[in-house]
Amino acid sequence: MATAVEAEGLSKRFAEVVAVDEVSFQVPRGQFFGFLGPNGAGKTTTIRMLTGLITPDSGRTFIEGVDSQKDPIHAKMKMGVIPEFGNIYVDLTAEENLHLAGKFYGMSKKEREKRVPEILKMMNLERRGNHPLRTFSKGMKQRINIGCAIIHDPPVLFLDEPTSGLDVQSKRLVVRLIQKMKERGTTIFLTTHNIQEANELCERVGIINQGKLVAIDKPEKLRNTFDKTQSIETSIEGEFDLEMLENHHINKIQRSGDKLKIFTDDVDATVKNLIRFADDRSFNIISLRTCGPSLEEAFVRLTGDVE
Amino acid sequence: MIYEEFLRGVWITAEKNIKIYYKKPPVIIFGLLFPLLMFLAFYMGRELDLALFFPGFLAMSLFFTSSSVGPLVTPWERQAGTYERLLSYPVNIKVVLIGDIIAGAIFGISISSVVLIACWLLLPIQIVSIPMLVLSMISGGIAFSTLGVLLASPATKAPSNIMMLSSLIRFPLVFISGIFILIGDMAEAMRYLAYISPLTYLVDSFHVGIGGNNYFSTGIGLVVLFLFTAVFFFIAVQIHKRNMIKGL
Repeated sequence: MATAVEAEGLSKRFAEVVAVDEVSFQVPRGQFFGFLGPNGAGKTTTIRMLTGLITPDSGRTFIEGVDSQKDPIHAKMKMGVIPEFGNIYVDLTAEENLHLAGKFYGMSKKEREKRVPEILKMMNLERRGNHPLRTFSKGMKQRINIGCAIIHDPPVLFLDEPTSGLDVQSKRLVVRLIQKMKERGTTIFLTTHNIQEANELCERVGIINQGKLVAIDKPEKLRNTFDKTQSIETSIEGEFDLEMLENHHINKIQRSGDKLKIFTDDVDATVKNLIRFADDRSFNIISLRTCGPSLEEAFVRLTGDVE
Repeated sequence: MIYEEFLRGVWITAEKNIKIYYKKPPVIIFGLLFPLLMFLAFYMGRELDLALFFPGFLAMSLFFTSSSVGPLVTPWERQAGTYERLLSYPVNIKVVLIGDIIAGAIFGISISSVVLIACWLLLPIQIVSIPMLVLSMISGGIAFSTLGVLLASPATKAPSNIMMLSSLIRFPLVFISGIFILIGDMAEAMRYLAYISPLTYLVDSFHVGIGGNNYFSTGIGLVVLFLFTAVFFFIAVQIHKRNMIKGL
């Protein structure tokens, strides 16, 4: 399969801090790729190097085969970027912002006049096209921000924490839009620290920690790497001490609201023990479900739990 | 980068700046009021020879208008968070800076042209060479707009910091550039100071076009202005590149 995004031995240092250390990976064309890592892990620096915004100390980056360091302008024509801290111009209207983006991407007036209403409709903002952006909510601005990045229908889309700080409705809309782009064949490169989002959306994820790429695989495979971390989630009606449940199969018990999460290396024995425990004391089991190892657990294992 | 993409990026950046930063009514009013106030402050009530005063006054007007908004554009963009979005479009730092320069120069030249035409209609000004006047206007507009872009290069998101730096550098130039005392009448030490000010060469070029009281040979002023522009641009690109990451 052809490669859409490629990083080859990327490194970047800021004074004494190594922000990105020898990172290499490839994203095949059309894939939804998630780039995960805790805050300060090097996600944004990596995306900025890939998109030609900053120059790596060493290594090479390619977008659809174009070297984004040697030829950033042509590489940028092949991508759309939604930077984490990148805003649009609040003194301009939604339409003006979209036209401005279209002009930068070399679209003719005719092309822009066709595409801008399409984007506004896609973003559910067709009635707000001629309103200045300063009157928009954060979620609405982010939709226009995405619109500016996809106006030229790029083959590769980079999104740096696109749902960060958005309300639920805007978040859903943004996710739907990204999924639509993916369905149309766009390669999506999403950086996030929201594991649930990555788990639901991405076909493949890379995990970066302290500037190093520590894992890259399908979410399912990463989850299964840590097969010892299976858990049981249960809610039992009755007063009891958590220590009463402990036995040699159980690694950890966490209380969360009215639920208990029991991490075990033997699901069968633990479920049977739980049922016996509740039965002996005439407690009601309100819910009981077994959970496979989650991507979150894999992530925490790979990046180190900060407590 | 091919020629067409370069020019497109430059023009769209300039157009964006004009629309967002220069077309605001307070900016235009300030641009027109500033020369008027300068004229009233320095000319009215004093028995100055208009032929000797006007070229310096016009140069001062072009100098301040061309370099007034440019220093603030990058800090404003950094503060508003639009700088990273702008650089994510198919442009590089040189394209953005040339776009900023063009916008500043257009603003300065437009305002100064209004001043020139108004004064030409109302005052007894003798224009000796229109081509020289036009060339001086364009060269000066570009040179001082480039100075403005250079002043915008420190890594700050606070426009007030740049305003301070900009005033600190621009205002003293007015007093050493042959506007109030002609270069030929200056003491020797003062004259050396005048030689290092780019404004001196614009004043002198305007003297070639208006009144004909120039100190340097015809054309020298334009050549030196071009050299200043090249030096300002080169330094601006280096500093903007170095500070780019800090402004994202």
